[in-house]
Amino acid sequence: MAFKLSDEQLELQRGFRDFVAGRFPIEKLGQLADGAKDATLWGELAEMGVFSLRLAEARGGLGLFHVDAALIFEELGRALVPGPVVWTHLAAGLIDGAATGETVVTGLDLTTNRHTPFVIEHLEDAGAVLVLKNDGVWRVDPSTIEATTVDVPLDPLTPVHHASRLPDGERIADAQAADALGLLGATLSSALMLGIAEATSDMGVAYAKERQQFDKPIGTFQAIKHMLADTFVRQELARAAVYAAAGTLDHPEVGDVATAVAEAKLVAGESAMKNCRTCVQVHGGMGYTWEVPVHYFLKRTWILESTFGSVDEHADRIAATFGG
Amino acid sequence: MDLRPTEAEEKFRHELRSWLSDAVPAHGTPPPRENWPARRAWDTGWQRKMFEAGWAGISWPQAFGGREASLIEQLIYYEEYARAKAPYVGVNFVGLLHGGPTLIVEGTDAQKEKHIEHILRGEQVWCQGFSEPSAGSDLASLRTRAERDGEQYVVNGHKIWTSFAQVADYCELLVRTDPEVRKHAGITWLIMPMDLPGIEVRPLPTLHGEGEFSEVFLDNVRIPVENRVGAENDGWRVTNVTLRFERGTAFAGEMYDLKRWLAEIAAEAQKVTDHGSRAWDDASLRREIGHLQADIDGLWNLLKLSIGQADESGVPAIGASAVKLFFTELKQRIGDMAMRVLGRAVLGRSDMAGMPVEYFSYEALQSLSMTIAAGSSQIQRKIIGERILGLPKDK
Ligand SMILES: Cc1cc2nc3c(=O)[nH]c(=O)nc-3n(C[C@H](O)[C@H](O)[C@H](O)COP(=O)(O)OP(=O)(O)OC[C@H]3O[C@@H](n4cnc5c(N)ncnc54)[C@H](O)[C@@H]3O)c2cc1C
Repeated sequence: MAFKLSDEQLELQRGFRDFVAGRFPIEKLGQLADGAKDATLWGELAEMGVFSLRLAEARGGLGLFHVDAALIFEELGRALVPGPVVWTHLAAGLIDGAATGETVVTGLDLTTNRHTPFVIEHLEDAGAVLVLKNDGVWRVDPSTIEATTVDVPLDPLTPVHHASRLPDGERIADAQAADALGLLGATLSSALMLGIAEATSDMGVAYAKERQQFDKPIGTFQAIKHMLADTFVRQELARAAVYAAAGTLDHPEVGDVATAVAEAKLVAGESAMKNCRTCVQVHGGMGYTWEVPVHYFLKRTWILESTFGSVDEHADRIAATFGG
Repeated sequence: MDLRPTEAEEKFRHELRSWLSDAVPAHGTPPPRENWPARRAWDTGWQRKMFEAGWAGISWPQAFGGREASLIEQLIYYEEYARAKAPYVGVNFVGLLHGGPTLIVEGTDAQKEKHIEHILRGEQVWCQGFSEPSAGSDLASLRTRAERDGEQYVVNGHKIWTSFAQVADYCELLVRTDPEVRKHAGITWLIMPMDLPGIEVRPLPTLHGEGEFSEVFLDNVRIPVENRVGAENDGWRVTNVTLRFERGTAFAGEMYDLKRWLAEIAAEAQKVTDHGSRAWDDASLRREIGHLQADIDGLWNLLKLSIGQADESGVPAIGASAVKLFFTELKQRIGDMAMRVLGRAVLGRSDMAGMPVEYFSYEALQSLSMTIAAGSSQIQRKIIGERILGLPKDK
C-alpha cells in the first residue's frame, strides 16, 4: 500500500497548478464578476484533459485514475475556475462532445435529499443537462426546460436558472451508472473544496503576515495564529479524506467506496466552509468587501456543499452503516 | 498512490493476526487499575511474550532487536493490535516510545548495551522526568540542578506528573547543568536509576482518583557521569529527538482504537434504554456519530499521509503536530458522545443496567489529559502556526 502521491502524480499536479495560475489568476474572478467573458477557457481546460483524463487512450482520453482526477480538481478549486467542470467530466464518454469541450454539460442530482427547487447552474452555456435519478441517468435537452434566469446569483461566477418542472428527457444509463456518477461527482466536488480550503488558508496566512496592528503583524496574536493553525489541520484532514476516497474508487477492493466518498464529502465540505469563514474573519473589514476575493470562495463552497449530498446528508449515510 | 496491500503486507497482517488471536486471550484479564505492582507485572509480561514471538519494538532497528517494520507495516500492526484488543503498552510506554529510541540515536555503546534489549524484553521500566512545577509548556525553564562532583552529578530538584514513577527502574531526567546561559543551552539529559538514595516518589492522584503519575523529589541524588546522554548542556537537542517521537506514531494504537470505541458507543445507543426509546432514535445523535466516524477515518488517513512524509532519519515529520492536535480533540468529542449515550448511568463510575459505564467514563475522563500532556493543544497550534505556516513568533 502506498498512501502517497507518486512522482508522476506530483508532477501532474504541479504542471496543472502552473497552468491554472497562469491562465486563471485570481484577478480574473473580479473581472468575470464584472461581466468580462472568457470564451476560450473551456476549450483550453478540455485540451488539458480536465474532462477526458480518465477515458481510455483509445477513446481520446489520458487513461488516468481517480486520484489523478482528484489532483486536477483540487487545483481547479484552488483557483476557483468557474463552469460546470464536474458535470462535464461526468458526461465524458456518455455525451458526445463533453470530453473535448465542445458540449458544455450541466446537471442535477435528484438522488440526494434536498434537490428541490430545481436550480440549475450554467444552463445558458449548456448543450446538455445530465440528471441523476434513482432509476438511472437521464439526458435532458436544455431547450426543453422552461426556466427563468435568477437575476442575481449567490456566486457571481455561477449563474443559475430556476425550473419549476423538469422534462424527463432520455434515459441513457441505468441505476447503477447513476449511483457511480453520484459517487464520482461527490468525490470531484470534494476535491474542489479541498482546493478551496487550501487557497483560503493560504490567503489568511499571507494577510496575517502582512497586516499590522498594535505595531505588529496580526499573525503574531495567538487568537489569529491558532485559528489559522486550525485551517491547516482541516485542510490536511480534507486532503487525506479526498485522496482516500479517490484511491478507493480506483481500487474498490480496499474498502467501502460509498463510505469513503461520503466521508470525503463531509470532511472537505466542513473544511472548506470553516476555512472560508476564518479567512473572512482574519481579513477584518476587508474580508467583508466585494473587492477582496474571499467571498467568491465562500459562495462557491455553499454551492458545492449543496450538490451531491450535503454534510448533514453524508453524516446520516455514514451513521446508517452502523445499522440499527 | 495505490491503496492495495502488497503480498508482503498481507502476509505480515496475517501472521500478526494469527499470533494475537492466541496470545491475547492467553494473557488473561488486566489487574485492577490501582494495583501498580500487578500492572507492571502484567504489562511487562505481555512485552516479554511479544519479544519472544518477534513482535517487540515494531519500529526499532533490527540491529537493536526490533522488528524494523516499514511505516505501512507499523500501521497494519496498530490496526491488528487494536482489533485484537491486545494489552495497552502501559508501563512500557516511556521505554519503548521515548527512552529506547533516544538511546538508539544518541546513546553511548555502553548505554545501549545496558538498556536497549532489556527495554524490549520488558525487563526495564522507564519514566520521564521532564516536567516540573514551574516548567510545564515552557519545559526549557526547568530548574532541577545538577552539579558536577568528580565522576558524578549531584542532583537536587522536584519533578512532577511523572507517569509510572512508582514502578520504574530508570528515569530519563532533564537537569540544569549551566544556570548562567540561555535557558535552552544549559540543559543535560541523564539516565537516573530509580533506586538511588535521595529519590522520593509521591503518587499524585489524578481526577480518576488513582495515581498514574507522581511527584519525584530529588535530594542530593548522585548520578554517574557515564549516565549522561549526549554532551553536557546539549540536552535540549536530545530532548527534541524524544519529543518528536512522542508526537509521531506513539499514539497510533490509541487512534485506531477510537474506531472500535465509536462502534461500541453506537451499539450501546441502539439498545433500548428508556421506556422503549433508544438513544439511537435521536436523529441529531446519529448525525453526530456519522460526523465522528468520518473524522476518525480521516484521522487515520491523515496519519498515513503524515508518516509517509517522515524523514529518512526515522524522526517523524513536523506534521505530527496536526495529527496530535486533531486526535486528542476528537477523542474528547467521542468521550462527550459516550457520556451522552450513557445518560444518567454516568452518575456512577461502575457498570450499571448492563451498560459499560466503567470503560466509557474512564476513557472520557482520560481524554481530558490528552490535550494537555505531550504538548498541549495550544502549544501544538503555536508550533503549526510558527513552524509550518511561518507566522511570526510572539516575543
Ligand atoms: C496524564 C499526564 C501524564 C503526564 N506524564 C508526564 C510524564 O511522564 N513526564 C513528564 O515529564 N511530564 C508529564 N506530563 C506533564 C505534561 O507534559 C505537562 O502537563 C504539559 O507539558 C503542560 O504543562 P503544565 O501542566 O505545567 O501546564 P502549563 O504549561 O502551565 O499550561 C497551562 C495552560 O496554559 C496554556 N499555555 C501554556 N503556555 C502557553 C503558550 N505559550 N501559549 C498559549 N497557551 C499556553 C496551556 O496550553 C494550558 O492550557 C503529564 C501530564 C499529564 C496530564
